[in-house]
Amino acid sequence: MPDLIEDDPRIIEFDVRTDEMLVNMGPQHPSTHGVLRLVLRTDGEIVSETEPHIGYLHRCAEKIGENLTPRQWIPYTDRLDYLAAMNMNLGWALTVEKLMRHEVGEKARHLRVLIAELNRISSHLVGMGAYGLDLGTFSPFLYAFRERERILDLFEEACGARLTYSYITVGGATADLPPGWLQRCEAFLDQFEPIIKEYHALLTTNAIFVKRTAGIGVLSRAMAIDYGCSGPVLRGSGVDQDLRRDGESLYTGMYDGYAFEVAVQKEGRYPRDHSYPTVPSEAVLGDCWHRFFVRMLEVVQSMDLVRQAIDRYAACPEPLPEPLKLFEKLPVGDAYLETEAPKGQMGFYVVGNGTSIPWRVRARSSSFSNLSVTHELCRGCLIADVPAIVGSLDIVMGEIDR
Amino acid sequence: MKGPGFLESIEAACPGAVVGSQLEALDPWIEIAPARIAEVCQWLKSRGEPRFDSLQCITAVDWLETDPKKAAKVSWQPHLEMVYHLWSTPARATLVLKVKLPRWSGDVAGHLPEIPSVAGVWRTADWHEREVYDLSGVSFSGHPDLRRILCPEDWVGYPLRKDYEMPTEYHGIRCR
Repeated sequence: MPDLIEDDPRIIEFDVRTDEMLVNMGPQHPSTHGVLRLVLRTDGEIVSETEPHIGYLHRCAEKIGENLTPRQWIPYTDRLDYLAAMNMNLGWALTVEKLMRHEVGEKARHLRVLIAELNRISSHLVGMGAYGLDLGTFSPFLYAFRERERILDLFEEACGARLTYSYITVGGATADLPPGWLQRCEAFLDQFEPIIKEYHALLTTNAIFVKRTAGIGVLSRAMAIDYGCSGPVLRGSGVDQDLRRDGESLYTGMYDGYAFEVAVQKEGRYPRDHSYPTVPSEAVLGDCWHRFFVRMLEVVQSMDLVRQAIDRYAACPEPLPEPLKLFEKLPVGDAYLETEAPKGQMGFYVVGNGTSIPWRVRARSSSFSNLSVTHELCRGCLIADVPAIVGSLDIVMGEIDR
Repeated sequence: MKGPGFLESIEAACPGAVVGSQLEALDPWIEIAPARIAEVCQWLKSRGEPRFDSLQCITAVDWLETDPKKAAKVSWQPHLEMVYHLWSTPARATLVLKVKLPRWSGDVAGHLPEIPSVAGVWRTADWHEREVYDLSGVSFSGHPDLRRILCPEDWVGYPLRKDYEMPTEYHGIRCR
């Protein structure tokens, strides 16, 4: 933000004497992300300090996990990031499989890629639509939810639930896909692909949207790493890291043979295998616009991955393996695994002591670390920019408060 | 992180800080003396090879068997275990550090065990340590702002301790 000088015509309130004031934002849904309270120290329109207060959605999910078997805890992982429940199920299932040294077959592997990437699309659609709401435009939300609805229909057909799926589980998935599902999924993708242009017209290249997001809330590369940011927030700052490519072999093995390019700006340009709009000249690497844009690129990337997964899944003749028993004994030891969820790197830690109930369960959520950077990003910004900055982090309180 | 000579390089830089290791485990880990954790982390972040520039997670595990029958059979003494999961962005490698702490400082119930804060090393640790303090009852010396983060500020007890008892009511609200 440039220095304020008295002659600046933009500063209409400069001759008005202002005092320091504490402003509460929340804790009611400030912008559909969940129950978050921000305490702002302001002087006029300028925010000097921001303090997030979290915990309104705290359910002590980790303690619950110490009293249930891993498969029984799967429904609780749904409620961490409830907009990407499939990815949460997957993260936990893989962590327990890591501890048990269990490997799922090819068919389950491709099914998981297919389902996880489809959920990534729907999560980013909510992120995009809700971000529009944060900035005061209602229509992108309707467009995004129109398409998300189709994905939820597909999930409902596969597992019966529309939001909290408990579908991917330890040892595979609870059920195989119903007949005709793959064709319906392909039909959805064919219909969805041209629509992405509409989103870019509505938001990405929209002059007002660019004015509200470009150059706002710039997160430097070093700060992003220092605060443990991950996912689109980290990649929006130009850090080339995606656990689907860089993670542990247990997880990257799932994407073995899949072709995709990490959505990150390298040497001033984004990967160009699709017709994306160009980066506006006002945008600075690490600002709200870039974080948003990375998500939009990932929608296309995930669509590609779903298509690849459909072919591979269909080519596997064997039946889907039965998931592990509900009361399967866990070996003594501990395992930690991070996976690339839509919001960032979701880590699970499990300690086994030889019984079927884990001794300790830990969920490290990406939004938790992503939100902790708010006070740095909001220092010196305008009050109206606070929702723009917090919204661009695409947080979900369910996984922050756990 | 399993590379040859890595453990030795820590020992050379911080003599006496490494008190144990298990390199054959699923996630190989190194045990650090409680008082030295911040120093070792600082070295790992700024001088070690590779640089562990990012902290993924801090966990406290409460090792206490509340069932007396089972407690007679376990091979360990009751203690708290801090687990630090580190990540190196340039090398794409992980590292696990563990620290053993007494459950209560001086074995006096209610006196929190203390450990140097690593919030000055990685900013991620700020909120993670607050969470561990809030839920597991570990005090971090040198932390800039140590207070509860998920539970209300006047909450009593540390929910992730194995001997935690849920209060029956909170400000007139029935809890169970």
